[in-house]
Formats: sequence, structure tokens, C-alpha cells
Amino acid sequence: MSTAAHAEQDHAHGHAHHDEGFIKKYLWSTDHKMIAMQYLFTGMAMALIGGFTVYAFRMQLAFPGMSVPGYGRVTATDYNALVTTHGSVMIFWVAMPVLIAALGNYLIPLMIGCDDMVFPRLNRLSYQLFLISSIVLIASFYVPGGAFGGAWTSYPPLSAKAEYSLTGLGSSMWLLAVALEFAAFLLGGINFVTTVMNSRAPGMKMFDVPIVVWMIIIASILFMASVGPLIAGAVMLLFDQQIGTGFFDPAKGGDPVLWQHLFWFFGHPEVYVVLLPAMGIVAEIITVFSRKKLFAYKTVLYTAIGTGVLSFFVWAHHQFIAGIDPRMANVFSVTTLLISIPVAEMVFVYIGTLYGGSIRLTTPMLWALSFIAEFLLGGVTGIFLGASGSDIYFHDTYFVIAHFHYTFFPIAFIGSFAAITYWFPKMFGKMMNETWGKVHFWGTIISFNFIFIPLFFLGARGDHRRIYDYRHFPDLMKAGMQDMRILATLALLVLLAFQVVFLVNFFYSLFKGAKAPANPWEANTLEWQAPSPPPHGNFPQGLPNVYRGPYEYSHPDRQADWWPQTEPEPTKS
Amino acid sequence: MPTGRLAVWWLIASEIVIFGGVLGSYIMHRLGHPEWANQSVHTNTWAGAFNTFVLLTSSLSAVLAHNAASRGDGKRAAKLLWATIGGGAVFLVVKSFEWTNEIQHGYTITSNTFWSFYYTAAGLHGLHVIAGMIVMMFVAADAAKNKELQRVENAGLYWHFVDLVWIFLFPLLYIAK
Repeated sequence: MSTAAHAEQDHAHGHAHHDEGFIKKYLWSTDHKMIAMQYLFTGMAMALIGGFTVYAFRMQLAFPGMSVPGYGRVTATDYNALVTTHGSVMIFWVAMPVLIAALGNYLIPLMIGCDDMVFPRLNRLSYQLFLISSIVLIASFYVPGGAFGGAWTSYPPLSAKAEYSLTGLGSSMWLLAVALEFAAFLLGGINFVTTVMNSRAPGMKMFDVPIVVWMIIIASILFMASVGPLIAGAVMLLFDQQIGTGFFDPAKGGDPVLWQHLFWFFGHPEVYVVLLPAMGIVAEIITVFSRKKLFAYKTVLYTAIGTGVLSFFVWAHHQFIAGIDPRMANVFSVTTLLISIPVAEMVFVYIGTLYGGSIRLTTPMLWALSFIAEFLLGGVTGIFLGASGSDIYFHDTYFVIAHFHYTFFPIAFIGSFAAITYWFPKMFGKMMNETWGKVHFWGTIISFNFIFIPLFFLGARGDHRRIYDYRHFPDLMKAGMQDMRILATLALLVLLAFQVVFLVNFFYSLFKGAKAPANPWEANTLEWQAPSPPPHGNFPQGLPNVYRGPYEYSHPDRQADWWPQTEPEPTKS
Repeated sequence: MPTGRLAVWWLIASEIVIFGGVLGSYIMHRLGHPEWANQSVHTNTWAGAFNTFVLLTSSLSAVLAHNAASRGDGKRAAKLLWATIGGGAVFLVVKSFEWTNEIQHGYTITSNTFWSFYYTAAGLHGLHVIAGMIVMMFVAADAAKNKELQRVENAGLYWHFVDLVWIFLFPLLYIAK
């Protein structure tokens, strides 16, 4: 965080008129851009934790019993805590804050042409709650019993009773951290939606709003509409843990599957909560770098809304083997397979946008293209799991792990890298190094596939996902299986090593990069009309007027192949 | 729509699903456990009915406060808001007597899952009542000085929501035998 703060200090020089103290400016700021940076850097710091935990437990899986360099011997309890922390952190403390909170905060006011969020102090409170939630989660590592080890889905009875999970306090702190995090994003979501509804620049009609803003708004609404039951469930689970109620305890008249319903009623829309912003980022990038109008703006918008609505009717595909009625399983198989239609349609639209464009293969464009390719693999393998028949075999195997990493890695990391490399010049006023950006890209993409393709095969051979030491299971140690685990782990080490390239490039460019012009990519949307980086209040020459949609590239009547949203119509002579 | 009111609506939307989660879980359990009727007879329906009446009346004064505020009469709006806050206080006092009585008779949150739901749902609602009262205190203090009168309506909206949740809780927890 402090390096970020220093970098920001450099930028602020030209704007002496708001000369605030360090705390007021970096920790207590109400400026949406500063809050976005706070979210971004907290998310990046949490990603280091997520990365370190996966390093430790993958080493244990590949080389069971070894002393992991930098961690030590991974005990069975450690293993559970590491797996749980990896999942929770990557979804709740990396994907959510970076994709929704950081980018939403940064982009919404700039892209709709206003000076700040409508509730700046609410925004500040949102980040502060989020920070507290991160601290609670990290602190849970140091309480007696250690961090929660009941998986990020926190199924009872394992999570409900300290005598099962062995982490009485850790479980409750995990719940508290998640609840605080939800509160933070609820405040943020209300702010986002209200801002976009009420503060658009003059002339910006509904269909002039950039797709990424739409996507963040739809995602925020999905989040607000789906998280309630889980908040209720979290209260119930906390009572089960701490005061001995029996909401999820069959011995007391409760039902453990109830938690699964409450969790996944949120958990499945959550996939789309993080997917849609990433899809929006990709839409912005591929239009700019293929110099073409988005193939079907309204189709993207309607399919996104359709995906959002459908996502409320698919959750029970997580319970196919939890004893639900097979007739229910049929219904949820159908809805689950249905949801691939709007998502596939979005992918087709993006490919349609690329077709015939003059493509510029910059680093953000590479990330955007790889998002489409890798996410496609994740989506296609989801079909096997959505169909209840094959899911009975694949459930809780590494096939599932590989599937959702092929969706979540593109979302959380490819999407974030695309966004960071694309908006870096705007955020920090410096250009990022392209060569090292591409080195990082290829290193990450190739090693990513080497991690998860072996896991598909392991899963197909029945490799169960929640096993600490496979040497105890001769069936899972047949020829080649351990080799595939080692391959995946080695590929993970390569992937982690390449993230150092990213971090070095990021911070080097931040301090020493070439100065960025206001509109380095020749893009249309409003944020590129503001200076890089935008000062407090965003648009020093006055808030912009909007004359057209965001994707008017290569217009036949124009010399230049872009047409900023703010440029007035030429007067007819 | 004014920004503040819009935000309150979105807040209410997200709250609805929270209570929806609790009540949905309760209803599903209740349908699966007809024997819970033997537990719910021990709730005090008359106290619940009285509290329903109190909350509805307090909503009336919230509406009258909004009416006064829209006429620009901040002083009267503040007085009516204080009446609403008083309604909330009466509700909580009645509730605490009820709970004390039930706990003394051995019906605690851990007795069985009906009582767990009873205390959790009503407790969650009670927290919202307290939150609404605190918000209205701030709004009333401002309104008395004729400041931020548009907030009277926003606080009232939230209070109606809290009231409405109780309208669902009362039959589900007290009347359904």
C-alpha cells in the first residue's frame, strides 16, 4: 500500500489546490479514484496471500510430506486451512475487490462523465469495512486452532461444530470476515447503481453507456439480490457455532442441505457477478484494439441481463449428490445448460467484433483475446457438470477444480491483467512496458494451461479433490497420476514466478515509465478525455457533453478511425 | 428520482432478500415439521398483535411527518418523527417483556429449531427497528431546524419496510399454529 501511496504523491504535484495531509489524502479520502486504488492494492496484496497458500498446498500434493521451502511441513490441518483460505481469498478478496470495487469505482464516474460517486463518504466507509474484513481474515491465522479449514463453501456440519472442524474461533472469524466484506460491497453496489442512474453526463442516453459500466451495474444488482439469503445463512451458522442452535443440525431438527441452498443461491450468481465485469472489460478492449464498433451492443446488454436472471435458477446443480429430489435435478440441469446460451452469445458477439477489424496486438488485447479462448474451455467443461448424469461421476473431483479454474482464472486474473494493462496509463499517467507485458502474458497463459489440463485428466480418472495425501489411496496412485500432479505443481511454480515479472513491470512503470498522453489508445470513451491521471473532480475543463455511443470506431465518413463520445457533431455546411 | 430516495429503495431491495432468506428457510422447515405447531402455541399472540398495532400506528405518524416536511413544516415533522421513534420504543419494550417471559418458561434460542428461528428472525427485525430509530433521531434533530427535510421521507420509507417485515413475521411466527 505504501508504495502505491508514494506513487500517487508524485502525480498529485500539479494539483496543489487540494493540499491535504497524508492521512486525509490516502487513508481517509472520499475521491473515487483514491478508493479504487485502495481496493486495487489491497486486492493485489491479498492475491499474494492467495498465491502463497496455493503454492504451499500444491507442493504438499506433488511431494507429500516434504518440508515446503518458505512454509515448512504442511500438516493435515494446515492443508485444510490453506485450501480454504486460497478459495475464499481469491474469490472474495481478489476477484470481487479488483474487478468490481476497484474498477467500478475508478471507471464509473470517469466513463459516465461525472466528478465523483453520488455518496463519496459511503464509498469511503465501504472500503474501510472491506479493509477490516481483510484484517479479520488474516488475523484468523493466529488464533488458537488456526484459520478455518472447512473449504470456502463452509458446509455444515463440518463448519458448524468446533469438534469437527477443530477451528472453533477460526470458523467464526471467517464468517465475520465474509459478512463484513458483503456489507462493504452492498454499500458499494448501492452507490454504483445510484450513481449511474442519476449522474450521467448530459447527452449520455442508456445505450451510450459503455458496456463495462453496464456490466458492473448488472453485477452489482445481481450481488444485492443474491447475497441476502447467505447473510441470513451466515447469521444462522454463526449461532450454530457459537450458541448451539441447530439450524443446520439434523439432530436438533435442522437441515445441513439448507446451508448449501442458501450458500449457492448466492454462490452461483456470484460467478456471474465477477464474470460480467470481466466480459465488459473485454468488450472495451477488443473494440479499441480492433478499431471496430462493438458488433451488437444491445445483444451484449440483453444477454448479460438474461444471464443475470437465469443465474438465479441454477444453484441446485451444486447439490445433485446432496440428496435432492432427482426431479429437481432434472429442472436444474436444464436451467444450467440454458445459461450457456447467453454467455456463448456474448462470446460470438466478441468474435464478430474482431472479424474484419484492424487488430492491434497490444498487451491488453492479448489478455482480452486469451480471456475469450480460456473462458470458452471453462464454459464447455461446465456442460459436463451441469448435466446431472455426468455430474454424479465428476462431482468433487479435480475435473470440477479444473473447470472452475478455467472460468475463475480468466475472470479474476486475465480480466484484471487486461484491465490493469489497459487503464494503467489513465490510472498512473505512465505507460506500462509492452515487452515485459508480453513476456508476462505468454509465461502466464502457457503455464496456466499446464496446471489445469492435467487436472482435467486426473479428475476424469476419479481423483477426489479433498485429499491431503494421495499415498493413502492406492486407487489414486495408479500409473502416471502422481506425475500429473507434479506437472501441475511445477507449472504453478512457473506461473507464480512470472507474476514477479508483472509486479516488477507494474512498479517500475509506475515510477520510471514513459509519460502517458491523455488518450494513448485512441479510444472513444469519456475517461480518455480527462488528463492522465485525472485530477480531483476528473474533468478540469468542465464535465463533458456526450454526443454518441462509445464504440464509433472506423466510421466511414471520418478521416480518423476513432470518434470520441464528447466530440460535437460536425456542423453541416 | 432524488438520489437519496433511490439509494433507500436499493437498500430496501437488498434487505428484502436478507429477510427472504430467513423466512424462506423458516417456511420450508415449518412445512416439513408440522409438530412445530406445539411450540408456536407458547408464543404470546396478544402481545404480538398489540405490537403490530403499535408499529402500524408509528408508520402512520411517519407518513404524517413526511406530509408536514413536504409542506416545509420541519418542527411538526420532527415532532411526528419523535412519535414514530416512541412507537419503536414501545415495540421493543413489549418485545423484551415477551422474551423475558418466554425465556423464564424455558423456551430459549437453543430449545429447538422453531425457537431458534423465532429469536433469530425477530431479533434481526429488532435490530432493524433500533437502526431505524437511530436514523430517525438524526433526521428529526435536523428537521427541527428545518434542515434536510427530504430525509424525512427517506427515513419513513425505511420505517415502512421495517413495519412490513413485521407484518410477515407476526402471522408466520405467532398465528400459524
